Amino acid sequence: MSAAEQALVSGDAVPLSLRGPAPRRVVAGYGFWLFLLSDIVIFAALFAAYAVLSGESAGGPTAADLFDKRHVLIETACLLSSSVTCGFGSLAVQSGDRSSTYFWMTITFILGVAFLSLEMSEFSHMLSIGAGPSRSAFLSAFFTLVGTHGLHVTIGLCWLIVMLLQVATLGFQPMVSRRFFCFGLFWHALDIVWIGVFTIVYLGAHQ
Amino acid sequence: MFGRLTWAAIPFDQPVVMIASGTVGFVIFCVLALVTAKGWWPYLWREWITSVDHKRIGVMYIFLALLMLVRGFSDAMLMRSQLALAAGHAQGYLPPEHYDQIFSAHGTIMIFFVAMPFVVGLMNFVLPLQLGVRDVAFPVLNSVSFWLTAAGVLLVNASLVVGEFARAGWLAYPPLSEIAYSPGVGVDYYLWSLQISGLGTLLSGINLLTTILKLRAPGMGYRQMPIFCWTALASNLLIVASFPILTATFAMLLLDRYAGFHFFTNDLGGNPMMYINLIWSWGHPEVYILILPAFGVFSEVVATFSGKPLFGRRSMVMATMVICVLSFLVWLHHFFTMGAGADVNAFFGVMTMIIAVPTGVKIFNWLFTLYGGRIRFTVPIYWAVGFMVTFVIGGMTGVLMAIPPADFVLHNSLFLIAHFHNVAIGGVVFGVMAGISYWFPKAFGFTLNERLGKAVFWCWFFGFYLAFMPLYVLGLMGATRRMQHYSNMHWQPLMLVALAGAILILLGIALTGVQLAVSIRQRERNRDVTGDPWNGRTLEWSTPSPPPAWNFSLLPQVDRVDAFWAKKQQQGNAQDRNLKRTYEAIQVPRNNPTGFFLAFFAVLLGFSLIWRIWWGAGLGILGAIVICLMQAWRTDGEIEVPAEKVAAFERLHGLKEGAV
Repeated sequence: MSAAEQALVSGDAVPLSLRGPAPRRVVAGYGFWLFLLSDIVIFAALFAAYAVLSGESAGGPTAADLFDKRHVLIETACLLSSSVTCGFGSLAVQSGDRSSTYFWMTITFILGVAFLSLEMSEFSHMLSIGAGPSRSAFLSAFFTLVGTHGLHVTIGLCWLIVMLLQVATLGFQPMVSRRFFCFGLFWHALDIVWIGVFTIVYLGAHQ
Repeated sequence: MFGRLTWAAIPFDQPVVMIASGTVGFVIFCVLALVTAKGWWPYLWREWITSVDHKRIGVMYIFLALLMLVRGFSDAMLMRSQLALAAGHAQGYLPPEHYDQIFSAHGTIMIFFVAMPFVVGLMNFVLPLQLGVRDVAFPVLNSVSFWLTAAGVLLVNASLVVGEFARAGWLAYPPLSEIAYSPGVGVDYYLWSLQISGLGTLLSGINLLTTILKLRAPGMGYRQMPIFCWTALASNLLIVASFPILTATFAMLLLDRYAGFHFFTNDLGGNPMMYINLIWSWGHPEVYILILPAFGVFSEVVATFSGKPLFGRRSMVMATMVICVLSFLVWLHHFFTMGAGADVNAFFGVMTMIIAVPTGVKIFNWLFTLYGGRIRFTVPIYWAVGFMVTFVIGGMTGVLMAIPPADFVLHNSLFLIAHFHNVAIGGVVFGVMAGISYWFPKAFGFTLNERLGKAVFWCWFFGFYLAFMPLYVLGLMGATRRMQHYSNMHWQPLMLVALAGAILILLGIALTGVQLAVSIRQRERNRDVTGDPWNGRTLEWSTPSPPPAWNFSLLPQVDRVDAFWAKKQQQGNAQDRNLKRTYEAIQVPRNNPTGFFLAFFAVLLGFSLIWRIWWGAGLGILGAIVICLMQAWRTDGEIEVPAEKVAAFERLHGLKEGAV
């Protein structure tokens, strides 16, 4: 235990900012938080673009014509519950419990795949009726915003596979636990973004 | 097989381009041959290319920036000489389509590949030393950031020989930059090289921000943190908050160009003005990303060479953070002429005038620091004083253009060009030059030649005034920017004066090379054996020059601002001089080639995407993934420096007096 952590436990009066370099676990998590914030700025730009262009359907299908609220509700349920299972998985990682890590993270993975396949079916349906991204500015913005979120989920799923392989080969080393912690942050951040997508894109379509 | 890439991509029919690229190619070949013949590759690979030491990476950033300064400045010389000639019936020697590439490349290179690496390099080198810690938060990521920047540089320069560069200006406004009006690969070169280097900048911003906020010497709270670290904090906050906007905006333009999307097109509901809004909500914070660290350098330099603590430190910190926040509220002043209406324009005009207030506070702080100080007129203080005079003029022309009606007259004129070069050269370049001459002895263990340093300063100083004051006048006379030819013969004399100024700056750049060469020859005479050549105030001067890989053998304890200065004042009655110091083993990060290999695959990916070679793009992505996975399974990231080695280093190089 480093001096800073000891001070933290003992409730030492030295303010946190004066205690010298933070332990590596804190530094890694903090850096990843900053990365997530920057990622959320990317989404902010895409949301802004969607807000500007959402009415520009150029004579083509509009948001109200296209979106099926029930479909999206199931998608949302999959993603949000995957966050719960990911939380249980993170607790398992913390306690170094290998089998329940595999169990919860596998469920997280399956729910993520379910979310993605529902999204893919929505996209392919839209493409089949001629409502692809090059049809209008509205559809360009829609596919980019929702697709970027989907891309993040895909990357998250790949990362999850890598993390499970890391647990299998390296065990719960501090390095692996730190990365799992960051994965958890990433996965929850995708939920937050999705809540924005659900509200602004899908619920916003039926005002 | 090779997408759009054919032999026709190489401009054999353009002698200017062929001679330039041939010369560059020949120089690169000679350098590579020399390195091979002398057997320097193992040294370069071990000590620089795979190094994850923040000091080495900082030096490489600045070296890269100096190289690109020469490239960007040759574009400037081409433009100035063209405009000196192309008056009335004379057409000059550059056809319009080539001239358009030159001004686009000049802006892109100077901002992204000169100013940014200069500033990021300085922050990289200085921050951990000033914070009293052993490295940045994520050393391997730091190397990745640098090499991604280098990858962007390589792509931008490849456009000189293979294909063409963008003709759409340094911010590639649509609809001109859309595939309908720029069907060539120029805009793709622009977009992919900036996407790759922008990712590097973002990662470096996250890294440095984490370093400042989470890694500081014991006792260094925010109230004890050196002022350069404060300005770097503001700058990196802006990087993390604004570079993602750039990435997203370029991604949208790329989708328009590659996949037929309609974000910024003229048809099917696209909105080109949205691009202008988005790009400037990155672009305005960007100018503060560049200038705030320069302000930090001047603050350090002015305090050190006046022998006084910085005047009004609290107000300086406040001003920095106020600028940091306000920089996101002024973007629209770059396009008052968009037609947003009087209310919107008035709001942004007022905000722009308000942001000049904290900057004014800073100027007074520097002046009051100098006032009553025992000033040593070294090269860094020359740059600082030159900056204060020049920047005030640039700031005032900026406030002038913040008035929307005035801006309607001056928009896109040479007056604007003069204004932003006034603040970019007078602020950022002067700041970086001050920083380089200030911290050079820390990096290399000897000071730079002062006489030549002053000559470089005078060349830049007078060169700047000669080159850009005429542009203010020309702007008022109606001369516009991005103009390859003019018919009004009355403008030519001023254009000739501007050319003379550019030549003077060229002399300054050449003298920088001479200064480096002379200083290296005289290094034994100018050796810095104390680690503190300037009688400095902050922690970087408490460690030997150059510092060991671990920076500080014992982590410094800080209890106030300018802790090192305070220690030196107490030295007379210090009893810790004879104190036995016990050293412990230190963990330092091991060399790592991940950054270099990632950059290799990033270049492959970018080049393939530019030329639509899809298998190459797939290969690039695959290679990058493999490299990342290899890094993920590396478990030997650190080596231990044994305590005896640390003690031996201190016996040999450590400060002889009890200065620490």
